This record gives sequence, structure tokens and C-alpha cells, in this order.
Amino acid sequence: MNLGPPIAKRLSRLDVQIEANRCLNCYDAPCTRACPTAIDVPRFIGRIATGDLAGSARTIMDANPVGASCARVCPTDQLCEGACVYNADENPIRIGDLQRYATDWAIETGAILFAAGPPTGKRIAVVGSGPAGLAAARELARWGHAVTIFERDAEPGGLDTYGIVPFRLPAEIALWEAEQVRALGVEFRLGVAVGETISAQAVLAEFDAVILAVGMGAVPRLGIEGEDAAGVWDALDFIRIAKMGGELGPVGETVAVIGGGNTAIDAATCSRRLGVPSVTMYYRRGAERMTAYGFELEFAKVEGVEFRTYTLPKRIVTANGRVAGLELIATAEDGSARPLPGTERIVPVDTVILAIGQTRHTALLDAFGVIHDVNGIAAVDADLRTSNPLVFAAGDCMFRPGGIDAMVVEAAQRGKQAARSADLLLRAEGR
Amino acid sequence: MADLSIDLAGIRSPNPFWLASAPPTNSGYQVMRAFAAGWGGAVWKTLALEPIVNVTSRFAGQNLGAYRMTGMNNIELITDRPLEDNLREIAECKAKYPDRAIVASLMTECTRESWHELVRRCETVPIDGFELNFGCPHGMSERGQGAAVGQDPELVEMITAWVKEAAHVPVIVKLTPNVTDVRSTARAAAKGGADAVSMINTINSLMGVDLDTWLPIPHVDGKSSHGGFCGPAVKPIALNMVGACAKDPQVGIPISGIGGIADWRDAVEFMLMGSTSVQVCTSVMHHGFRIVADMIDGLNNYLDARGLASVTELIGKTVPRFVDWNDLNLDYKIVARIDPESCIKCNKCYIACEDAAHQCIDRPEDPRLAPVVDEEHCVGCNLCQMVCPVVDCIEMVRVDAGDTVHTWREKLSVPS
Repeated sequence: MNLGPPIAKRLSRLDVQIEANRCLNCYDAPCTRACPTAIDVPRFIGRIATGDLAGSARTIMDANPVGASCARVCPTDQLCEGACVYNADENPIRIGDLQRYATDWAIETGAILFAAGPPTGKRIAVVGSGPAGLAAARELARWGHAVTIFERDAEPGGLDTYGIVPFRLPAEIALWEAEQVRALGVEFRLGVAVGETISAQAVLAEFDAVILAVGMGAVPRLGIEGEDAAGVWDALDFIRIAKMGGELGPVGETVAVIGGGNTAIDAATCSRRLGVPSVTMYYRRGAERMTAYGFELEFAKVEGVEFRTYTLPKRIVTANGRVAGLELIATAEDGSARPLPGTERIVPVDTVILAIGQTRHTALLDAFGVIHDVNGIAAVDADLRTSNPLVFAAGDCMFRPGGIDAMVVEAAQRGKQAARSADLLLRAEGR
Repeated sequence: MADLSIDLAGIRSPNPFWLASAPPTNSGYQVMRAFAAGWGGAVWKTLALEPIVNVTSRFAGQNLGAYRMTGMNNIELITDRPLEDNLREIAECKAKYPDRAIVASLMTECTRESWHELVRRCETVPIDGFELNFGCPHGMSERGQGAAVGQDPELVEMITAWVKEAAHVPVIVKLTPNVTDVRSTARAAAKGGADAVSMINTINSLMGVDLDTWLPIPHVDGKSSHGGFCGPAVKPIALNMVGACAKDPQVGIPISGIGGIADWRDAVEFMLMGSTSVQVCTSVMHHGFRIVADMIDGLNNYLDARGLASVTELIGKTVPRFVDWNDLNLDYKIVARIDPESCIKCNKCYIACEDAAHQCIDRPEDPRLAPVVDEEHCVGCNLCQMVCPVVDCIEMVRVDAGDTVHTWREKLSVPS
């Protein structure tokens, strides 16, 4: 489906020249300190300025194996650019744009940035090929381990490939990052769902260590009447089909998106770009509690998405097995999201998209012998080791919900960290 | 409004801003445009008895980061137009702008007859002065002219004297910086009877090498030769030479300053160091003749703000302060102080001091706090202030009592 041009505009060569040379090359730079993967920002910018694009791209991708994706999805105003010393004048260096410039160069030239290390003879399984899994696999392969990635989907990349709207993050960017990992000799077993196609026991038996980077599952049910009607969507399924192809069926003239996170924004903006005239996001608390990035909210407004806060869906009205309307109820504005009886109203809608978080792969954690909390979040120590000494966890499967650490860049950092821990374990074992 | 008019050895102009002998003064069309824009004088692109042939390409720019033309290099020679055409246009310009100074830059073979002939023919049109091009470092020097002459004090003196025999207008000798000590050639010019010296001509240079083709820059059909370097980057070299000549009693004649002058501030500096007029080229090649309006405006406002009635009050005022190292006060001590309020925590001062100076800037553990100077060990070198991107964030503060003066000369009893 054609969802229109990318949001990110390419910097012109003139922009790049001016912007790269404007960087002060700070020492112990705040931008680098603000990056979860600690990309040496002044260094990669300086290398752009001298025309060393290979060195620039390598600096970025060395610190962040999904640095091309992050150049498109990172909330830079809260990270590197928010920390830039020029922020005193509210005119920070356009670090994200420069990072995109350098990684675009690597993508377009097909430059080979890294090589696998001398073989250690160790075999490591990485379950999941999203940002955390790719980052872990990339590191382990550079250190010479034989890495196999298990991915339930047909393509690698996880949410970066399937779950973020293409005008924010085109699938080919995430696929290029996966290809960089594959080029290091990492084996990808695509379309293989651990716990279904192959058992956890079989994986544990085959490999010396396992890194779980399984992310999260489907959007949970609201538990309200009418939820099974045609026209009710899991936001991730909706985005996946719109981005990667498939049949969405009639979406209609009016779409209601339930939720206040980045996925809700993606579902809403995606609907607008599919040509839906009226798209409204309903959120049970105030806008300040939405977990979507500020720039995403602004983008959604520009794209023509409407917002209704302090509003909770109570019932999906159906007609002939299809969505026909949405019964809403106002909530208390005291932060409790408590529904206020007597405020019910019905709005006509054709499609309802649910983006109220994601379920956890609890059964899979159990199968690996990984202790988790009641919410299904894997318990890890500071080295990302789980209760199973041979199993490490990284990314969304160990993040607490609602925090800023549920970022692609944080997942990548956790993947690197888990890889480091697994590497230390296997080297210490000396097996 | 201060009086901006100057008189350089009898050559008068309504302001001190002259165009240097260079591509912007190649034709009457250009000089007319320049005078319309407000330039006080123009030194015509160097005249010769016979026009020469120029090559393509001719120029190359030195860029610093995103900033273009911090310096430029050229392998263009003197005028490639017939002398008669140039002289006719000089006359036309002088007729239209009688108050402006038009100086003819001259270069010819190293014979008395040749120089006399060139002076005689040029004086057939109204002209305010001559500038002898003893500086051009490329091309003409291979024919025994330009810098080939200017590097030999005896030739400088001799040719200057030849020209003075024939000329009825003031003669300026333009000096090359491509010498060990510019005072030698300046003294020779004065000895030969020059009315003034101008400096600097361009500095021997090769602008660069193309990383793709490995050809020198600029190249002429795959080959290049050394050129002359000018522009903002050469200003400190020029300023030093102007100052050296200005304080030398054996030179003792007025100076027209040249070299990297791009705005009124540069002009003030050159005048304070002893220039009577200033000559500009690269900045015009970068931005056009219109820059002179800003130079005049800035100079005027500066003089008004300081209550100076005439720009000539600037000339040479800093020269007495330009002394030998041996006469500097060893007791004088300043230290850096960082204003934590305006500091943006880029830590440029810290790393510069740590790696390249005296390890006397400390960083607090909290990176949100400004670095602090260890004043006991600070040598007051200025480096931190130089690298600081924030204006006035780092101040150099005097910490000695200020009541003693001890110099190296008296310490070692070095004779003056």
C-alpha cells in the first residue's frame, strides 16, 4: 500500500556541510552521554565533515547495530539533540539527520562495515530478530561466536520491520541492518517460532547460551462487548498489513484508535494516509500521560488526527457482525481514569483499532526456565542474566511498560549488554 | 562623522580603502563600479609594455569547514590587455572620479630603458602614483621580474632609483613577503628613493592536491605551478611585516597595508600598526565591491565612538607597543576565569588545557557544572579562551600586583 513519502527529509549536501561543521566537537560530549548506546556523536559528525563517510557510518553502527533505524525513530529531542550544548540557544545540531545521512551512505554504497571475529567454537541462539536480537547477534558474531537467530516472522527486524509505519521507518532500513548481521555469518532461521516450531528444550540443547529478545505479543483485548466484530483491529496487525502487504478490507470513513502510545499514533497516521477522512484517538487519561513521543503527537496533529482524552470505550456497537459505532464514557480527570457514569455517548465508527499495550510471551519464558513477574516481564540481574544461567534477556521482554526505555535504541543497548554477558560467560567457561 | 581622507606620500584619497592591484582592477569597467560603490582608490592591475598571456584555470580557494575562501591562491599574471587600452580607461576613470586615487602598478624587464619607457607612457594619462610590483611570486619571477627582483635588495634599490629618475608622481614599492626579513627590501626601497612601501604581495603557495585525480590544485591541463597566497589567512603575516617596517627607522617612509583585510576592523588594525592606506582584493573577489560601504560605515562609527576626528589619528598608534620579546614584562601575570553562568559545558577549554597546555582546568564530577581554572598553575596562555565558543565566557584576569617590570633583556643584560 502506498502510504506516501517518508517524513524524514534528506539533508542537502549544503545542509550537511553547514551542519557538520557547526558541531563544536565537545569533549566528553553531552550528546554521547545522552545516547543509550553511547554513539560517539562528535566523532561521527567530524568524519562526515572530512568526507570520511565510511568511518562515520562505522562509528554509528559500531555503537548501535540499528543506528540507521534509530536515525529515524529516536526521540532525539529527549536524547542527543536534547543534550546538545547549543540547546542553550535552542538550535541543537541536527544529529539525527546527520546520522541518517551517514547511514544512508552506507546503505546506498553497500559498504562493508564490520567483519566476523576468529571463530570461538561457541554456539549461541538469539530468539527474536528485533533491535535487541540483532544487536546481540551482531556483537556476538564480531567476537567470533557462531550465532543462530530464530525469528517467527518471514522477515527479520521485528517491530522495526513490521510494527513502525513505513513513512517513519521503511522496512528496507531494518532489513539492511539485519543483512549487515547476516553478512557476519549469522544464521537466520526465519519463520521458526521457538516454543511452537521448535521447543525451548531443543534450543537449549543445541546451543551454549541463549539470548531471549522475543519482544512482546499481540495487543490485549479490551474485554468489552462487540470486540469480535469485523472491523476491530489489533494495531500491530493493522500496521503490519498496511506496511508489508495483505488484505485490510474496507476501513470506512471513520476510524477510532484506542490508546496513547507510539503504536496508537502509527495506527492513526497510517489510517489517515490510507485516505480515511476522520481518524480519532481516544485516550483514557490526559494528553500529558500519553506515552507517545512529543514529536509523534505533533506529527499526528499535522496529519489530521483528532484527539479525545479522558475517554474510555465502553462497548463496540455492531450491525450485521461489523463495527457500526463506539459507545464512549468520560473518565475522571484526576488521573485515575475512573469512568463517570451518566456520560455515555455513542459515536458512529467504521473501524476500531486497539493499541493499548501488548501481551507478554509468558509461556515461552516459562519454557526456558526464566522467572518473570506477574506481568510476564523477565527478571534479570544487572548483566541481563535470567534465572536460567545460560539464558539472557534483552529488549521489550525485560522492559517495564510505559517507560522511556521501551525505545529501539534502549533495546539495542540491552542487546549489546546481553551479548557482552554471554560472551564473558562462554569465555570464562573455556569450553 | 570623522574625516576619513588620507594622504599617502602625496597620494590623496577620500578614504583609506584602496583596491589592490589584482583581478578586480583589471579594467575601467570594474574600477568605475568600484568607485561608484565608494572605494577611495585603486591600484590598477599591473601594467607592462606588452601584454602577457594568461592560463586557465587560475585561482583556488582555501576553505575552513563550511567557511569559504579563508585564503586564496592564484597563478594569474599581470594584465593581459594592451597598455593603450588600460591607459585610456585610467583616464576615463580619473575624469569621472577625480577625487579618487588611481595608482598604476608597473612591472617590466630589468633595464633602465624599459622602466623609463613604461613610466613615460603611463604618465601620458593623469595618474596619482606608481606602485612597483616587486612582489608577484609566480610566473613573472621566472622571467626575472616581480618577486625575483623583490627578493634582492640591490635590485630593489636600483630599479626604484630608475623609476624615481623618470617619475613625476609618488612611487610606492610593493614588497614580497617571500624573504627572510622584509625590512631589508623595505630599507632598499627607501634608499632607492621610494616615497612609500606597500606590503604584502602574495605568499608562495600550492593550494592543494585533488584526492581523486592526484592533480595539483588549480591545474592547467593536468599540471600546476606555485602560486601566490592571500586572503584572511595571511593577515597575521602581513600585519607583522607592516609593524616591522613601521618601527624600523631605516625604512622611515609611509606604508600601504595589504594582506587579508576583509572588513573595517582589519583596516583599523593595519592602520594602528602603521598603514596609511589599506588595500583589499580577496574580500572583493569573495563578495564584490559593495563591501566598502560596510568598511566605511564601521570605520566611521568606530572613530566617532572613540571621539577621533580623523582616521589619520590611528596611524601607527600601536607601533611603540610592538617590541622585541626581550622587552616584555616577565612579571605580568594573567589567569583564565570561566563564567559558570554563560558556560555551555562543551569542555573544549578542559581538553585543550589538558592535552595541549598546562593541565590546569578541572572538571567537577557533575558534568552539568562548568570547568574550573586552577589559578595557581594557570600560565595565562589564552588557549582556553581561544577555543571557547561562547563570547566573553572566559576572561583573562590580571593577578600580579602590577607594580614591577622585569624583562629578559635586563636579566641577561642583553644589549639593546
